[in-house]
Order: sequence, then structure tokens, then C-alpha cells
Amino acid sequence: MKIGLLGRKIGMTRVYDASGKATPVTVIEAGDNTLLQLKTYEKDGYNAVQVGFDRQKESRVSKPLLGHFKKSHSEPKKLIKEFRLPDGASLNGELDLSVSQFEAGQFVDVIGRSKGKGFQGVVKKHGFAGQPAAHGSKTHRRNGAVGNRSTPGRVWKNMGMPGHMGDERVTVQNLRIAQVRPEDKVILICGAVPGANGSYVVVRPAKKRQSLME
Amino acid sequence: MPSFKGSEVMTMNIIYKIEKEQLKANLAPFKVGDTVKVHTRVVEGDKERIQLFTGIVIARRGNGLNADFTVRRISYGEGVERVFPLNSPRIAKIEVERRGEVRRAKLNYLRDRKGKQAMAVKEKSQAAKS
Repeated sequence: MKIGLLGRKIGMTRVYDASGKATPVTVIEAGDNTLLQLKTYEKDGYNAVQVGFDRQKESRVSKPLLGHFKKSHSEPKKLIKEFRLPDGASLNGELDLSVSQFEAGQFVDVIGRSKGKGFQGVVKKHGFAGQPAAHGSKTHRRNGAVGNRSTPGRVWKNMGMPGHMGDERVTVQNLRIAQVRPEDKVILICGAVPGANGSYVVVRPAKKRQSLME
Repeated sequence: MPSFKGSEVMTMNIIYKIEKEQLKANLAPFKVGDTVKVHTRVVEGDKERIQLFTGIVIARRGNGLNADFTVRRISYGEGVERVFPLNSPRIAKIEVERRGEVRRAKLNYLRDRKGKQAMAVKEKSQAAKS
């Protein structure tokens, strides 16, 4: 059963293919995912697999959590995530938590936490055009009007306003896997992935696109 | 190269390792100012042939797998520049025809020159070679 992996974004580089075409790739380290708990419909109300990633010092883990790790004979982990299984699905004991569950050419979704950009204006945050830079214009990067008249008499929902940008959960869908390197416990994914180098990511088989492998 | 605490693989080296596998082993060493012949593989339809581009190296930039170099030549009176990725598999061979002696890392001043001066780079003398 292929459910996905927890990993860490290492950084980006490029890969040349046989025809000499260079592809920008993101290197994701996804070794030693550990199965922590199997949640079942009967016991927990839903089916899921709980996975841990990245070794943590025992002294930094609370006692209740330590007991949870002990139960699954795992060393303490920094990151714990669940992968939901479809209702009625059974694992039959075959659960692959290594990078080799993926293969080159397959499409995946990558979930990460984007880099924080701080308090940003509407031009950067929402792609507003702003106002003229010159010709007597005294406003340049303001949002402008935000509403109508007495109908509706309020500002519409989702109106773009300045505010905090970035540092949020971002999913990038349908990224192609360029290479899987089981010996390094690493996968190379074409293109960019949200987050800073060293941040955690979740890699899962693409929800909306089936693999183009023939 | 980044290194992350508690990481289970040698993160510091993994990008380096991936790049190293793709580096060319037998690259002829050349410098800015040299005149080089670049053999590029060109695919036309389903046939592959070698195309030559000869000129002066006016810039080298980047390092490792990301290194590239710029070659400038005068073709039918018009200056032509091409940037080649140093480690691209499409570059079959780089031949050094002539060693040049220059005092700059980037020879952008050649772009402003006309006529005979446009390709004038002093040849490296024998004494300076050693």
C-alpha cells in the first residue's frame, strides 16, 4: 500500500536527462518513516496510519508521548502525521514506508509550510496592479476602493487586504518525480516545493492525476 | 551546503553527491580570454550531428554543476554570443585553440569594439604559461 511519506526539503539542484535537457529538481530526504499507530474504524472511528519522522531526543519528549512511542517500539520522533485511508480499506500488513514506494515519472502532491513574508501590501500579496507611479498620481501601491454603495453596504468577503503573507500550509499538486534514490533515502521532485530548506514536507501520490507510466 | 540537525542521511553531502555524479570528468581546462571550439550535439529529426561554435571565452560563471561560460565570435560582421552550461551532455567536447592573456574576469569590453579590435586578445606567451 502506497500512502505517502514524511520528509525534509534539502534544497534544489538540476538533473540532466539523456537528451541533455536540464530539469530543476528539489531534493527531499524521506528516510526512516516509522509506523506509530494503525487507526481503525472500529476503534477510532476512521482508518488511518500514523507515521513519525525525524529522530528526537528522549529528554525533549513528554512522558505521555514517550509512552506512545514505546508502544510501537519506535524511537521518539519530531514530526507525527496521519495518512487517512479510505473507509473499508485494509492494509493486509503490506505497508511500504520507504522512498521506494515511489517511482520516477509518477506524479505526487507535496505539502509544506511556505516561507513567511511578514506583513505585505496588496500588490505583493494579492497581485493587485496598484496605481500609476507618476503623472501626478500620489497613490502607488494602495488597494483602492474596497466596496460598492449602500447595496450591499458592506465589504464583500474575501476582499484582498494587506496583511500577513506566507508561513501557511501550501499544497503543490501534480509534481513529477525525477528520480528515486533508495540508497540515499532521497527522492528528487521536478520543480519547486513550498518552504525553506530544512523544513518538513509531506509527499503523497497525486490526488488528481494518475501516473503517466505506461 | 545545508546541514540539518538530527538528520539521518548526510544531508550536507547529498546535493553535492547528486551533482558530482553529473560532472564531466575529462574537461579541458580553459580560462577567460582563450579561444575555444565548442562541439555541441544537435538533434535534427531523429539524426544527431555535431555543431561547432568557435570564439573567445568572455565570461565564466557559477561553480560545480551550475557553471557556464559565454563564447563570443564575430559572424558575418555581427557579434554573436552563446552561453553554454559547462557540464551539459549536449556539449561533446571543448577544444582550446589559443590561450589568451587577459587581466579581467569578464571581457565585456570586447562588445564595444569594432573591426579588427573586436577579437583582439593577446596570446599568452610561453613564459607566462608555466
